[in-house]
Amino acid sequence: MPEPRRYGRGVFLLTAVGGISSLAWGKSVWDHVSAAVSPLAGSIAPFLPTGGWRIYTVSGSMPTWRLTVGGLVEKPLSLSYDELRALPRANQISTFHCVTGWTVQNVHWAGVRLSDVFAQAKPLPEAGALQFVSSEKPYVDYLTMQQSLLHDVMLAYEMDGKPLPREHGAPLRLIIPEMYGYKNVKWLEGINLLPQAGNGYWEVLGYDRDAWVGRSNGYSSAPPPAPTPAVQPSHRGFLT
Amino acid sequence: MTRYVRRFSRTERTLHWVNALGFFMLLLTGLILYLPSLAVLVGRRPLIKDIHFWSGVGWIAALVLIALLGDRRGLLRTARELDAFDPEDVRWLRRQRPAPQGRFNAGQKVNAALTAAFTLLFLVSGLLLWLGERDTRFRFASTVVLHDGLMFIALALLVGHLYLAVIHPATRHALRGMTLGTVSEDWARAHHPRWIDSGEEG
Repeated sequence: MPEPRRYGRGVFLLTAVGGISSLAWGKSVWDHVSAAVSPLAGSIAPFLPTGGWRIYTVSGSMPTWRLTVGGLVEKPLSLSYDELRALPRANQISTFHCVTGWTVQNVHWAGVRLSDVFAQAKPLPEAGALQFVSSEKPYVDYLTMQQSLLHDVMLAYEMDGKPLPREHGAPLRLIIPEMYGYKNVKWLEGINLLPQAGNGYWEVLGYDRDAWVGRSNGYSSAPPPAPTPAVQPSHRGFLT
Repeated sequence: MTRYVRRFSRTERTLHWVNALGFFMLLLTGLILYLPSLAVLVGRRPLIKDIHFWSGVGWIAALVLIALLGDRRGLLRTARELDAFDPEDVRWLRRQRPAPQGRFNAGQKVNAALTAAFTLLFLVSGLLLWLGERDTRFRFASTVVLHDGLMFIALALLVGHLYLAVIHPATRHALRGMTLGTVSEDWARAHHPRWIDSGEEG
């Protein structure tokens, strides 16, 4: 009988080395695979995380909702869902990036721009930042006034042509595509205008406050997305 | 009167079932974290995350402890058996028959090597996910792809393993070896003839 070959350790080592090395190439391969199979994914969508979404919550409770706008404003607001829908409607298609590495391309959002909310609430000159309060206590996050007026920042109430689903933050969530998902506060119930930004839920735990996609939280590979502020002349005053 | 022969020692069986328990705990809690419908149904994500993390730590620690406190010499012998592929094993993998097998057939040897590598990769990618949440130096965009991909492949292996161990009529007798430790000599002679002929069974 010839000497047996030590294939077992070979299979083990190849698998282990292949797996570890995938930390370098896994995401790009996966992005290609998921792009190829996504047209087939509709039939199993209700159960599998198709479309790439994963639902992260910090408490698991998602109570009822109402949007208040307060703090450093001339006119505090408390908007019902219908009142919010009556504000000028904006549409956009943008890509959603999670800091853990997953991405969902070409999400169709509809909602209102913060500039249209500001037109009613009238921020005071000393307001420099916004605190976004989620119904999912204790989740909060912050944007500077400038960040909140980037051209594709939105308070979204529709996603992919349908009312925003509960797990995606119904009835209203913040969308800021240039920043990682944890800045995109779900189950939004309050916006407070403050002199300056504080640390949000994940930022207290060490995440970056300015969560630019591709150049924060330890990432530096992607080129900066070059955000272009689109501020209407009537609102320019808030920025100075 | 059926004669039985000993196939798996107490240490081997303990290792197997602790491994199975840890895997199922991690699979259950992991799916709650992963699948949107389950995540919304269960809620309490921080609690599930803690259970998942500590199940993982406990799983690895238990495997190490059992290996250290149990029959170390026997485990090393088993590891050498699993490592060694002789020409009959290669024939078996190429679906050429007859290819008389020893205590483990070649498929079981491949499965053992993959399972061991997956355990290491689950540990590494899981720790990176945990560390990356605390320190961005440990955060890589592909960690979540590796951890989830491992889950899908490991799940496929598990389904095949369960089918052969519980359902497939020709092989399901093997389950007795992993529960009681013994298998019938007739079954062993049919499936693992070179083990029976070697006279190493107890």
